[in-house]
Amino acid sequence: MWKKIEAQIFHGLMVLSVISLGVILFLIIFSIVYRGLPHLTWELVSQTPQGGFYIGRDGGLLNAIIGSLYLSAGAVILALMLSLPLAIAMNIHYRKNKKLVNSIRFVLDLLWGMPAIVYGAFGFTLMIFFGIKASLLAGIITIGLFILPILTRSMDEVMKNVPITLLEAAFSMGSTKAEVSFRVLIRQTLPGIVTAVLLGFGRGIGDVAAVLFTTGFSDNIPTSLTHQTATLPLAVFFQLGSPIEQVQNRAFATALLLTIIILLVSLASRYFGNRFKKSIIK
Amino acid sequence: MQRGKISIQNLNLHFGKHHILKDVNIEIPENQLTVILGPSGCGKTTLLKTLNRLVELDDMVKIDGKIFIDNEDIFHTSTDVTDIRRKMGLLSQRPSPLPMSIFKNVAYGLSLNGVRSKKQQIPLVEKNLREANLWDEVKHRLKDPAIKLSIGQQQRLCLARGLAVNPQIILADEPTSALDPISAKVIEQQFLELKQNYTVVMVTHVLRQARRLADYVVFMYLGEVIEQGPVHEFFENPKMEKTREYLKGAFN
Ligand SMILES: Nc1ncnc2c1ncn2[C@@H]1O[C@H](COP(=O)(O)OP(=O)(O)OP(=O)(O)O)[C@@H](O)[C@H]1O
Ligand SMILES: [Mg+2]
Repeated sequence: MWKKIEAQIFHGLMVLSVISLGVILFLIIFSIVYRGLPHLTWELVSQTPQGGFYIGRDGGLLNAIIGSLYLSAGAVILALMLSLPLAIAMNIHYRKNKKLVNSIRFVLDLLWGMPAIVYGAFGFTLMIFFGIKASLLAGIITIGLFILPILTRSMDEVMKNVPITLLEAAFSMGSTKAEVSFRVLIRQTLPGIVTAVLLGFGRGIGDVAAVLFTTGFSDNIPTSLTHQTATLPLAVFFQLGSPIEQVQNRAFATALLLTIIILLVSLASRYFGNRFKKSIIK
Repeated sequence: MQRGKISIQNLNLHFGKHHILKDVNIEIPENQLTVILGPSGCGKTTLLKTLNRLVELDDMVKIDGKIFIDNEDIFHTSTDVTDIRRKMGLLSQRPSPLPMSIFKNVAYGLSLNGVRSKKQQIPLVEKNLREANLWDEVKHRLKDPAIKLSIGQQQRLCLARGLAVNPQIILADEPTSALDPISAKVIEQQFLELKQNYTVVMVTHVLRQARRLADYVVFMYLGEVIEQGPVHEFFENPKMEKTREYLKGAFN
């Protein structure tokens, strides 16, 4: 009797939450598409701003599109160079030192949970300290730090779940730690690594707070790490702040563009994740 | 030339507070097949993994005592643990292929042994797969992922991969326990041939299998070696009461 009621309650709750999630998702996408799609023109994605209400009328936002792609790609490369060795070290080299590894996990989880604006402020402080001006480089470093814990912990989580028997098999043959890491562990966790990278890319490209003080803004496509650069989230931020409706509509078109990029990244992560799965040991 | 004589002296092993191996002394003869017998949980797997120092991957383990392989102290500070492991191929209870193709599984073993160019690897991969009696079944699908093979085939692949490292000793932990009777027979046959060229140490639960394969038998109980000796003496004329009980099936 009680069991039946309990099952019904949970079933009800589940249906309720699935419906509300669906409705929220629909409303978000609908509002962006409804207001943004009519203004998502070829001009918008193929030209740099040509004046008129600042970035609101003539030309497009190619500067912000390229800027955002450069910024996220740079940040992902930077974060990957630090996170992959760290995740490997946590799971191979320091595997036996559970205290150390768990403390690192704890710190990374804290960093993951910290709001992006904190990274923005930190990046800004670093810039002042080292005398760097707002630039692509400063943005890459800030976003890189912001997604570092995301990448590290995501990779760590998949590496942690590698069957110990697989590592034992590799070690029992007389592999060094480096050989186990680079020839067995990475191969086994490649789908997870790809997912982590694209997750970090998605978070990096969509964030505004981390780039607010660090990248500046520019109508030109950056051609050097020291140039200031526009980004899509910041463009949305500026456009939404405008009192002119035409400019606000553009904000929705830009947001739609950003959403499409993130959607493509998610699809790519699924696709590559599955492609690398075929020789994985379960 | 001595190939793969193992001498275990006063070996004690703890996992945390648990005393798992107690004063183990065994002389494993070279170029013979030694079977380690004993009821579940008596420390057979642990002993095997101590021989190639794999047990050290665990963070709670404490070992003392000595193990010599051809008179080389495997725990000596100047001994490179990867050298020790390369001398011994380990076949575990369940096959654990590496996450790569059939060919690359074997080639990985070869590369650890210094054979890195693909040109040199191709004939040797074939040789090792033949040695493990797998070649005919996989020669047309060498690029397939190793996990696509059946469990019995995977076990033979692991054997081929182990042989590719060119070991002197083969450690096998109930290598047939996860297999169907036919695959088990194939592996057993393999071991009879292997013992011509290698020192083999094999853990098994199956008394009949021990009788068929072993030259030398070690019987363990609760972490202690109760009795060891040549196979005929051990089965025909066991000296210890515990051994007689075990042979009668008292612990199963
Ligand atoms: N990593 C570990 N940490 C703590 N205790 C362990 C560990 N591995 C094994 N043990 C304990 O050591 C004892 C011996 O285990 P072992 O696996 O060597 O037994 P076994 O003889 O191989 O048994 P079986 O025939 O069931 O495989 C058991 O009591 C087991 O619980
Ligand atoms: Mg065992």
